[in-house]
Amino acid sequence: MNKNLRTRGIIIAIVTIGCLIILFGPWNKPKGYAKSASDFFSPAKLKQNLGENIRLGLDLKGGTHLVMQVQADEAITAMTNNNVQKGKDDLKKDGIQYSDIKAAAPGLIVVENTNPADHDKIREKFFTFMPSDGWDYSTSGNSVTFKLTNRYANQIRKDATEQAKTIIEQRINQFGVAEPTVQLRGREEDHQILLQMPGVDNPERVKELLKTDARLEIRAANGQRFATIEEANASLAGDANKVVLPYKEKKADGTLDTGFYIVDKLPVIDGGDLREARGVPNQQGFGYYVAFSLKPGGSEKFGSWTENNIGNYLAVVLNNEIRSVAVVRNKITDSGQIEGNFTQQQAEDLGLVLRSGALPAKVTYIEERTVGPSLGADSIRQGIFASVVGLGLVILFMLFYYKMSGVNAVVALVLNLVILLAGMALFGATLTLPGIAGVILLIGMAVDSNVLIFERIREELHAGKIVSSAVDTGFNKALVTIIDTHVTTIVSSAFLYIFGTGPVRGFAVTLTIGLLANLFTAVYVSRTMFLWIMSRGGRKSETISI
Amino acid sequence: MIEIFKHANYDFLGKKMVFIGLSWLLILVGLGSVLFRAFDGKDHTAPFNLGVDFAGGTLATVKFKTAPDPNTLRLALEKQGIEGPKIIIQPVTDEIGQAPKNEILVRLPNLVQVERQQGQSETAAKALSDADIGKQKILAALATFNDASTQGKVDINTIGSDNLKSELIGKAKLDPQSAEEAARAIIDYREKTRSGLIADLSEVKNINGVPPQIGESIEKEFFAGAASVKSAEAVSPQVGADLRNSAIVVTLVSCIAMLVFVAFRFKSWGFGIGAVIAVVHDVLITLGIFSIMQWEINLTVVAALLTLVGYSMNDTIVIFDRVREMMKTKRREGLEKLSNDAINQTLSRTIITSGLTFLTVCAMLVFGGEVLRSFSWCLFIGILIGTYSSIYIASPFMLWWESWRAKARTVKVVGQSRSAATPSDGGDPLTTSSAGVTPQMLAAAGVSTAPRKPRRKGK
Repeated sequence: MNKNLRTRGIIIAIVTIGCLIILFGPWNKPKGYAKSASDFFSPAKLKQNLGENIRLGLDLKGGTHLVMQVQADEAITAMTNNNVQKGKDDLKKDGIQYSDIKAAAPGLIVVENTNPADHDKIREKFFTFMPSDGWDYSTSGNSVTFKLTNRYANQIRKDATEQAKTIIEQRINQFGVAEPTVQLRGREEDHQILLQMPGVDNPERVKELLKTDARLEIRAANGQRFATIEEANASLAGDANKVVLPYKEKKADGTLDTGFYIVDKLPVIDGGDLREARGVPNQQGFGYYVAFSLKPGGSEKFGSWTENNIGNYLAVVLNNEIRSVAVVRNKITDSGQIEGNFTQQQAEDLGLVLRSGALPAKVTYIEERTVGPSLGADSIRQGIFASVVGLGLVILFMLFYYKMSGVNAVVALVLNLVILLAGMALFGATLTLPGIAGVILLIGMAVDSNVLIFERIREELHAGKIVSSAVDTGFNKALVTIIDTHVTTIVSSAFLYIFGTGPVRGFAVTLTIGLLANLFTAVYVSRTMFLWIMSRGGRKSETISI
Repeated sequence: MIEIFKHANYDFLGKKMVFIGLSWLLILVGLGSVLFRAFDGKDHTAPFNLGVDFAGGTLATVKFKTAPDPNTLRLALEKQGIEGPKIIIQPVTDEIGQAPKNEILVRLPNLVQVERQQGQSETAAKALSDADIGKQKILAALATFNDASTQGKVDINTIGSDNLKSELIGKAKLDPQSAEEAARAIIDYREKTRSGLIADLSEVKNINGVPPQIGESIEKEFFAGAASVKSAEAVSPQVGADLRNSAIVVTLVSCIAMLVFVAFRFKSWGFGIGAVIAVVHDVLITLGIFSIMQWEINLTVVAALLTLVGYSMNDTIVIFDRVREMMKTKRREGLEKLSNDAINQTLSRTIITSGLTFLTVCAMLVFGGEVLRSFSWCLFIGILIGTYSSIYIASPFMLWWESWRAKARTVKVVGQSRSAATPSDGGDPLTTSSAGVTPQMLAAAGVSTAPRKPRRKGK
């Protein structure tokens, strides 16, 4: 009996000390932090450690929560148009006859008025740049149709979302937000991305930065500037290899220079060739420009093109707008700049967006929650105060109603809370406002197990059993009920976790950890204390304060 | 020892029809409120007061320097082109023993759609990629609270740390390094010391970390506005619908999971069905009261509804467990008598636990603050109803199911009895009584129902 009691005591001590170490140890220090003895013993340091170990949700510590919708269908439209363009170029090169190639819908390419004898060749051509298992090929009369399969379309949407996530991650990391979370959210077909930024109180700049589409191209240009688009189009005279683009340049004195230029359809280099892009202050004046440099492949292309085109014009095109036009004076290999008299912030952001590459599809914001740190602090204070009051009331009642056994229940209750918090620290669960409410509620439910046991022991005493046997039977009989109720709730929590989102999920985690802790404290710890009290009274212990 | 009930022996199940009738009444009143509000033809009444999580829109906490006047704010918002009846303004109650908060909750419907229909090109173009533009509208409305002398200056109360840094570089001519430090110091002071709002610009000069030489330019270029936005949530209508559907699915799935689990654990569908009907009953009544009182339903309230589901289930299982336990020894007394005894025997526990949980919820209702208010109300009602339903709803439905099954079984058994029944168990109450203790349940309770084997003679 005594040996048994000692083993129980040791197990409980280990669990308690372990939980306290998890809660108060210096585990979440920044990298390179030298731990010292005071981290374990000075009360102020311990308090700081506790704050670092319990992860607070954005609703408590303040920050911004953004949900983005990737317009994944745009990726399909873009890819279809791209393939149409390639098809036109390739068929023309081989002299295959057709009247037009159209993107009849996203994912539907129609080659019209062809010679049926050419159909096999057309098919072969298209499948050199399109995967043959991603497109269904069919013919009717003179036209050839390629239709995107559903499976491949979903694959493209999924890839676009993943790619957008990667790019957003890069942009956010370079922007310098501390501890951001970027993850896919919801079902796969939702194409949503969740971004959480603790401490960001005004997300406007970040929002602008993330959704910005920055496609940089350098194209060969015709040096003549046109005042209106009509004049430019007239001069273009239907040349299929060239297009008219608008020109907007902000001069150093702040005036906007506008017009139209004729440029090549295909760029010399594009954003994919960029190695680096940064905002740099202008030598004269106040503005900033963006300086960029090229990867080896890009600089080779650019070098040979500039070498052959000395005296000709080139245009720096950003998002289909010409930002500057310049004469090629000598061979340029690996760097260039985007003029525009930017502010420092604009130049930095543009550089950042260019570095991370273009988004495969547009993103829109569908949910935005910003909590100021002061509101979070209010919530914590109120939540903790309500918990303390609730806990106090429960403790008072237990001591009043169950006398000495009430002490037993209170110890179990407090230990339950300690294990719950340690469990949350251990699993990295986030404490949110509903989570605090869950904790308050758990206080009420945790005490239920003790009430069940105590009432059962009382019943057995009424039935005339001696104390030790009443305690034994009481615990054994109540155990069945306690396990039933706990397991039922854990089962439903599991479903909450699987099907729930956001706060519902956090709530399920808190509840499950709390219930498991409760099984241990109410059944094991509480019983050990009864055993200990009775062992002090010896075999003859005939009364119990309950 | 102090005891609430000395020897409880009330006839709970005898009056079950009265209480089931009462439950129906409550459910129908709630349903009436839902239907009335849905079909009264008024635009701004809805069956439920859905929060921004589910309905879309913007919810912001706005803090003022002095006690705010809701009507002035409403007028200012209406000037921004928002329909008056759709603006919900609710002052935040002050905490006991704390300085007045001067805070207001502003709730706006989702404006993105509206703007798009009206075709205000510039705003609409911006709104298209945004969840909502309510926050901009609120900021614009708040700007009208500042007098004309602040025109062209930077409001130190509504600016974020990032923009403050650029403004300090531009207007106070600080280098980026010290601008960043100063910006952080000012925001820290605003949020932590002043709880979100700086009352007077002169305070800024004395903040630790703000270079003293910028005092003059701060006074010239900045001002401390009358109000600030402490938090803002914007949800697009599309997400709202998604969240709503997923909340409904979650509740249904978790109810089905519990039905199956309880049925499995007690080896009888009756117990599972009784428990789940009680839970559904609780949810329906609580939702009905939320409709009548027009309390807001948001994601946190869904968490509370799920809690009360678990809580009511807990209560029911404690009673059912006692029934199962008594079936081992007293099965001849009939299931209805056993159930009533079980309720009586667990009555102390039921009242103490409910009472204690109720106390903690009351603490939450009083001290938990505005954000937890709906959550606390949900549990407040839920605990009352949940306790009641595990006594008056769960057991009667369990008994009905079991007696219906027993009858069905009896008919079958009677049909087969000539060949199957052995002479020794002809009068067994198991098969003939309507109490409905089935052999499966007894097996679950660890009682063998197999006819005793006649002792072998010899050996």
